[in-house]
Parts: sequence; structure tokens; C-alpha cells
Amino acid sequence: MKTKNLIAQFIRGVAITAEKNIRIYYAKAPVLIFGIIFPIFLFLSFYLGRKIDLYVFFPGFLAMSLFFGSSSVGPMITPWEKNAGTYERLLSFPITVNIIILGDVIAGMLYGIIINIIILTGGLIFLAYNVNAWGIILGTILASFCFSSLGVLLASPPVKSPSTIMMLSSVIRFPLLFISGIFIPIGDLTLAGKILCYISPVTYIVDIFNFSLKGTNNIAIGIDFIALILFSCLFFFLSSIFQKRNLLKGL
Amino acid sequence: MQEPIIKVKDLTKRFNNLTVVDNISFSVLKATIFGFLGPNGAGKTTTIRMLTGLLIPDSGEILIDGINIKNNSIKAKMKLAVIPEMGNIYVDLTAKQNIVLAGRYYGFPRKELYKKADQILNMFELYDRKDEPVRNFSKGMKQRVNIASAIVHEPEILFLDEPTSGLDVNSQRLIKNIIKDLNRKGTTIFLTTHNIEEANQLCEEVAIINKGKIAVIDRPEVLRNTFEQTMAVEISFNIPAESEILQENNLIERIEKVGDKLKLYTSDVDKLVKYLVNFSEENKLKIISLEILKPSLEDAFIKFTEKKKL
Ligand SMILES: Nc1ncnc2c1ncn2[C@@H]1O[C@H](COP(=O)(O)OP(=O)(O)O)[C@@H](O)[C@H]1O
Ligand SMILES: [Mg+2]
Repeated sequence: MKTKNLIAQFIRGVAITAEKNIRIYYAKAPVLIFGIIFPIFLFLSFYLGRKIDLYVFFPGFLAMSLFFGSSSVGPMITPWEKNAGTYERLLSFPITVNIIILGDVIAGMLYGIIINIIILTGGLIFLAYNVNAWGIILGTILASFCFSSLGVLLASPPVKSPSTIMMLSSVIRFPLLFISGIFIPIGDLTLAGKILCYISPVTYIVDIFNFSLKGTNNIAIGIDFIALILFSCLFFFLSSIFQKRNLLKGL
Repeated sequence: MQEPIIKVKDLTKRFNNLTVVDNISFSVLKATIFGFLGPNGAGKTTTIRMLTGLLIPDSGEILIDGINIKNNSIKAKMKLAVIPEMGNIYVDLTAKQNIVLAGRYYGFPRKELYKKADQILNMFELYDRKDEPVRNFSKGMKQRVNIASAIVHEPEILFLDEPTSGLDVNSQRLIKNIIKDLNRKGTTIFLTTHNIEEANQLCEEVAIINKGKIAVIDRPEVLRNTFEQTMAVEISFNIPAESEILQENNLIERIEKVGDKLKLYTSDVDKLVKYLVNFSEENKLKIISLEILKPSLEDAFIKFTEKKKL
């Protein structure tokens, strides 16, 4: 009975936090810019510049937009709330740091998923793929969780200014994108390039999307999923450590 | 016998080797108003943060209604609410949304909260603007929303960190009345302030804290009496005065040099001023300036610590 109560309290806390984030942060300018406008521009500049076959490139674009979409909400929330003092109020509610983090992650995750559904629908209208639905669905859920956790992690250092966090998150997200094999197929990379490639979590969702849409992949699908799960755990765990340390050092 | 609802024992917090809260212990009885009175930087906010689970102490124990906040923070937090120093409501949300959001974290169903929120908004004279984003509100109105969303779950203990500082008189009065009202209904109030008048008006018991240490805990009337005995006279003469001569006088409790002036602490200003006039005449000194100073909290603190040593 007692554990059941605790679980209910946990789920309720996460749901309320996520809903609050959706209501407040989805429409904030940096989220719109980094989450939607940016990937579109990146896509346009790449696609228009090189006349690459859209059929080949679309899975990568899908992965890129999922990456940006999911990871753009997280960096906003905590710095914004610390700045406004609402983080302090949030902590005084009967919830834990992990509940707050999970609520933030889920808000970012849903943002990425919504964008992903829109872009995927567009893509499927114009491009004739033989879709592996499970690959797309599981891959999207897992990767959005992973990238959103990264976003939340980026927000966790003890910095109050949202603009510092925004800068930090760009500095980290762009390299992760560029080494991910979106722009150059993994097969064509040098050994050093390949090693770099495996460091980026984006690589694995590119691979999953390539597999699910075109039927080609460079890494075993099982490994892609395991890698995303491991990255998710790492990001979540680190966020939790960082944010708990705030409780020791002051907000 | 009344049971204490807050029990604090040997609480200590350091930030980078600076001890900000230094081994304090106290308890607060149920349904009383307890004040933490101290100058800026005394450690009031740090203490409130620890009591409400926002900051982990380095050592010491905190019991909220018998629950150790360290081991069981969710359960303890269910019983309390805190209104921090800085306005901390969601300015993107409306007044009503803020209240409902807070209430939901404590498990109240939405429907019930809508009704409750309207009630509270009415009580706080905010009903007319309940659906406006809080962003447009004045500071006093924001603080009212702040308190409104903190009491929606009817906490047993309400912590307020300098609840009236920087507010207009009207909001101040309203907030003080709300505090008294809540207390009458049985809510235990823990508030911090650097305003001795406020502590006097509201609190049944006051702890004076400075540099992380509690100097004294007593009823405000008692503190006020002692406090008002600690007046000071600041005087300067045409030539640098000999503090040694003055010190022999038993009217003066303590002497401090402030620039070219002497600050003389006393419990009898009238006698001291008369004495000083005589003194300057006898010694052929000219009084350049003479001022009677109201005691500052800092002065009171020193007075209380001295008393404790005796
Ligand atoms: N997170 C922190 N890191 C370092 N120093 C802090 C922190 N929070 C407070 N302090 C310091 O602790 C002292 C007490 O602060 P505070 O509790 O806010 O005092 P008060 O609320 O009584 O004005 C101050 O000197 C302040 O600078
Ligand atoms: Mg303070």
C-alpha cells in the first residue's frame, strides 16, 4: 500500500511537471528557434547546396530534427526557473529532484516526437519508403528520451543565466550532430571518423532510421538500441547528480 | 503540554568554509507564529531553505511534525509550504493557474482546486484578475498570488522569508492580516524578517539571529524592552576625544570609534547627553556634532550576546 502510494505520487509529480513545462516552455523563442527553425535551415542549406538525393538523405534529416527538437526544451527549463525563482518553489513541493528531471525530460521528449511525426508524415507522402513501423516508433521514443535527457543535462550545471546554458548547449550539440554520420555515411569515414561517430548518440538513431526506412544499416540494430539506452541512463544519471549537488551548494 | 511542530537540533551549514548557520537549535510550538529576526546576511534564508528541504545541512537534525526531512522529505514537504524571498510564481501562467498547479502537486483533484482557487483569490482580493498572466501584476499582487498558491493545500506550517519587504503599505497590511488569519485557523507560521516592528506585531516568539548564531529566543515584548535599552549617542569634539576619560563613566556600556566620532552605548540617553555636555564644558571641548541613534539589530545582537555571557 505504501509503495503503491509512493509510485502514484511519483507518476503524478512527473505528469504535473511535464504538463507545466509544456504549457510554459514550448512556445518560448529559444525552443522554437533551436527546436524547429534551426533544423529546417540546416536541412535547406545542405539540401539546396548539394542537390543530394532526398530519398537517401531524409532519414538523416529526420534524425537531426528529432535530435534538435528533443534537446531544445531541456536547456531552457531549469536555468529559466532558477532565474525566476520558481525552481525553489518547485523543490518545495512534495517531489524529488528526480521527479523534476523526469518531468523535464518527458516534456522535451514529446516536443521532439511531435515534430518528428510531422516531418515523417511529410516525408512519407513524397518519398516511397518501405517503412518498418516498429523501428521508427521504438527508435523515436528511445532517441527522443535520450536527446531530451541530454538537453536536461545541459541545463544542470550550477549556472543561473539562461543565455550561458543556451551557448553551452549549442557548443555541445553541434559537434555531436556533425560527427554523427548524418552528413557523411559511416561507411565512407576513416577509422578516426568512425570512432568519433560512435561517441555521438545521434549516430545510432540515424542508423535506426536508415534501417527502418531504406532497409540499410551500418551498425547492428540491437546495438543501436542498447547504445541509446546506455546514453539515456548516462545523461539522466549525470543530470540527477548535478541537480542534487545544487541542494548541497545552494541553488 | 503543547508539542513542538518544528524541532531543530545543532543545525549547521557552511558555504566554502564560511559558516553561515552555526549550530543552531530551537523548536516551534504548534499553531504559533515564530519569527527569525536578523540583519541581512544573518543566515535566515539559509535556515529556511534547510527547514523546507531545499538545501541539505552539513550537520544537525530537522523534524517537521516528527518527520525527519532528511530521510522522508516528501512526507515532510506535504505538511509545509514556503514563500521564498524572491517572487517565485510562474509569470507565464495566470493567478488561477498558479494556484491550481501548486494544489495538484499535493494530490488535490482539479475540479476541487478550481473551486478552492476562486475562494482564495477572493480572499486575496485578486478575483477580478484571476485569468490574467501574473506577468502584468504589481509586486504586491504577485506576492499575494505567491502566498495564495502556497496555502491552497492548507499546510500545517507556512514558512515565509521576509514576506513584506519591498512591498507597498497596502499589500503589507493585507499580507500581515492573512498571516494572522491563517494562524488563527491553526497554521503554524515561521517567518523571517529584519524588521523588529514586524516581528513585534506578528510573532509570539522571536529568535534573534546574527552571523549564523541565535543570540536569544524570547517573547517579543521581553526582547523589545531589552532592545530599547540599547540606545547610542554619537558625538564628536573639536579635538580627538579621549575615549579613556569617557570610559570611566558607568553610564556608558561600550565605546566604538566611528571615524572621528565616538559611538557611546547606553541605557539612559537623557543622562548621558547631560553628562556629555558637562564633560565638554569642564574639559573645554567644543561639541561638533551629537546624535541620538536608534538601536540597530546589530546593536541588539551584541547586547544580547553580552547578556548571555554574564
Ligand atoms: N549558495 C550560497 N553559496 C555561498 N554563499 C551563500 C549561499 N547562500 C548564502 N550564502 C551566504 O550566506 C550568508 C547568509 O545568507 P542568507 O541566509 O541569505 O542571509 P539572510 O537571509 O539572513 O539575509 C551570506 O553571507 C550569503 O552571502
Ligand atoms: Mg534572506
